Amino acid sequence: MRFVRRAWILAWKDLTIEWRAKETLNSLFFFALLLIFLFQFALGPDRERLSAALPGLLWLGFILSGLLGLGRTFAGERDNDCWDGLRLAPGEKSAIYVGKLAGNLLLMLAVEAIFLLLFGVFFDLDLVAALPGLALVVGLGTLGLAAVGTLFAAMTAHVRARELLFPVLVLPVEVPVLLGTVKATEAVLLGEPLGSVAHWLKLLAVANVIYLTIGVLTFDVVLDG
Amino acid sequence: MKDATEPLVHVTGLRKAFGAALVLDDVSLSVRAGEAVALLGANGAGKTTLLRILATLARPTRGTAVIAGFDCAREPERVRERVGLVAHGTLIYEDLTAEENLRFWRVLSGGQALAADLREALAAVELEPYAGERVRSFSAGMKRRLSLARVVLARPQVLLLDEPFAGLDQRGKKWLEEYLQAFKAGGGAIVMVTHSFGRQLSVADRIAILGGGRIALDRPRPSVTADELARLYALHTEEAP
Amino acid sequence: MWFSTGSRRLTRVLGWLAALGLLAGLVLALGVAPREVSQGDVQRIMYLHVPSILTAYLAFAIVLVASLGYLVSRRQAWDRWAGSAAEIGTLFTGLTLASGSLWGKPTWGTWYLMLRGMIDEAERRAQFAAVLGIVAALNIPLVHFSVLWWRTLHQPPTLLRPVPAALAGIFRFTLGVNWVAFTLLFAYLLAKRIRVGRLSEEGLP
Repeated sequence: MRFVRRAWILAWKDLTIEWRAKETLNSLFFFALLLIFLFQFALGPDRERLSAALPGLLWLGFILSGLLGLGRTFAGERDNDCWDGLRLAPGEKSAIYVGKLAGNLLLMLAVEAIFLLLFGVFFDLDLVAALPGLALVVGLGTLGLAAVGTLFAAMTAHVRARELLFPVLVLPVEVPVLLGTVKATEAVLLGEPLGSVAHWLKLLAVANVIYLTIGVLTFDVVLDG
Repeated sequence: MKDATEPLVHVTGLRKAFGAALVLDDVSLSVRAGEAVALLGANGAGKTTLLRILATLARPTRGTAVIAGFDCAREPERVRERVGLVAHGTLIYEDLTAEENLRFWRVLSGGQALAADLREALAAVELEPYAGERVRSFSAGMKRRLSLARVVLARPQVLLLDEPFAGLDQRGKKWLEEYLQAFKAGGGAIVMVTHSFGRQLSVADRIAILGGGRIALDRPRPSVTADELARLYALHTEEAP
Repeated sequence: MWFSTGSRRLTRVLGWLAALGLLAGLVLALGVAPREVSQGDVQRIMYLHVPSILTAYLAFAIVLVASLGYLVSRRQAWDRWAGSAAEIGTLFTGLTLASGSLWGKPTWGTWYLMLRGMIDEAERRAQFAAVLGIVAALNIPLVHFSVLWWRTLHQPPTLLRPVPAALAGIFRFTLGVNWVAFTLLFAYLLAKRIRVGRLSEEGLP
């Protein structure tokens, strides 16, 4: 109970600050808009090329915006030595990881919803039918991205050239998550049943369990480092 | 506290090296309940480093630091439950209100954040009228007072203060003096880093000078006159690396 | 740790054994083992390739165990093992780069070592490297399966299918000798590297 309250207050704090300052959200919204313009220029009016490339493009957008947002997770903690405050607060440090992760997850899902909306409008797609399956796949993939991203963002928070190092560390780890989500998204958008990609969904679930477990168990080391 | 007769702060043979640079060589210091020690020393003498080791933010290279019977390096969580640190960083989120900042740190530390308690702590540092305002609009002195309110609310056994009077106006200084006196009377121990020999030293029962990586002098405050202190300070800090 | 003062002789013996094994492996692979019927001489690359992969996996396993060991005990020696195993492991993954079969993995070591190179403070470097080592090592099976599944839909994996089942005795023997030789070489290099690491840490004030 105490753990939940501590994790919750951290997520609440991050989201409240984000809601008031909107630093990350505003930038990511324009980033999404720009990416979609670029995709349109690159693909042209050919519908067939679009539907073949769509899952990949969608996840390209998700992961680029996700990395931008995740990389900033601990930026606010550097001001006024708040990082030291997090370390000094007595109790399990993993609650801070879970809280940060929850805040990141909500923010990323919000940005991804905007992405999907923009994709639907700009490419004239009907995504409504695919939405339940899409929600599951996107949720699993985003969790996998956020679990590793939150841990590594804490790790690189005090390293030189962290803006460069962070994506370079995260991306290779995310290879299975990316391959799995792109394949599963492709199936969902083609209207295939989820059962046809069950092996991919299982892989994503296993990856998430592994990443979350490592994050929870090692976060005190990362924060105290 | 494991043993009532033990000093609340007990440092023995403490050494801290950053790579090849030796900041603390062999520091030993004890502070009993109800006692305050003022720690003086030149820039770079290791005062802040010592405070950070006591606060569990840094690990000693050798030696031990024990707070209320708990080793700072081996049982940091137990120590964290018992110390309040006021350092240069205010631990404030500028886009939260004063009250939200207090609630955040209180809940994150595992405590109950009752509205009445938060208001009381804000009232103690005369920030109650601004409870619902975002801290971004606060002056430096108000932010300083808010960071003190956080410690007031946490009710620690040991206070670790790094230049606590810096940035406070006369009213703020007077309030802090009274608070620290009351804190001692309540059985707490204080380690206070300072640069000035002024009236804020009146809170201290003992004066310790850190120089050359060790405690060069540790004397009861009443036995040291201001002139003598200035002379001793100059003497011992010249040895500092 | 068992690579201490008395074991320098052991290290030297390891080195000679590795050299002998490699020589024997080379002769077997190029001279004794017959030309494989369906793939021709190209198949001989397998004698280099498979032992390299297996050795690289051994290196990853050591990184994982040493990383866990460090986090539990906080002893610098474990970190030296992890860092050294990663360096030597990277060397061996480099050998598998040519065929590209371990896609995603050849970069593994470089990537891990990059983080190590970017943190100056020894303790923090050890802590972060340990976390990274655990993430990366446990991720290897996930990467393996995802890449395999991804490829099978487009093209069946031709070059790297783990050791073909119906392998004649002489093929298998050659492979075994090479594998042992590579493992000995790995152990020799690892011992040397750990020693260098320890000396450079202890030798400085």
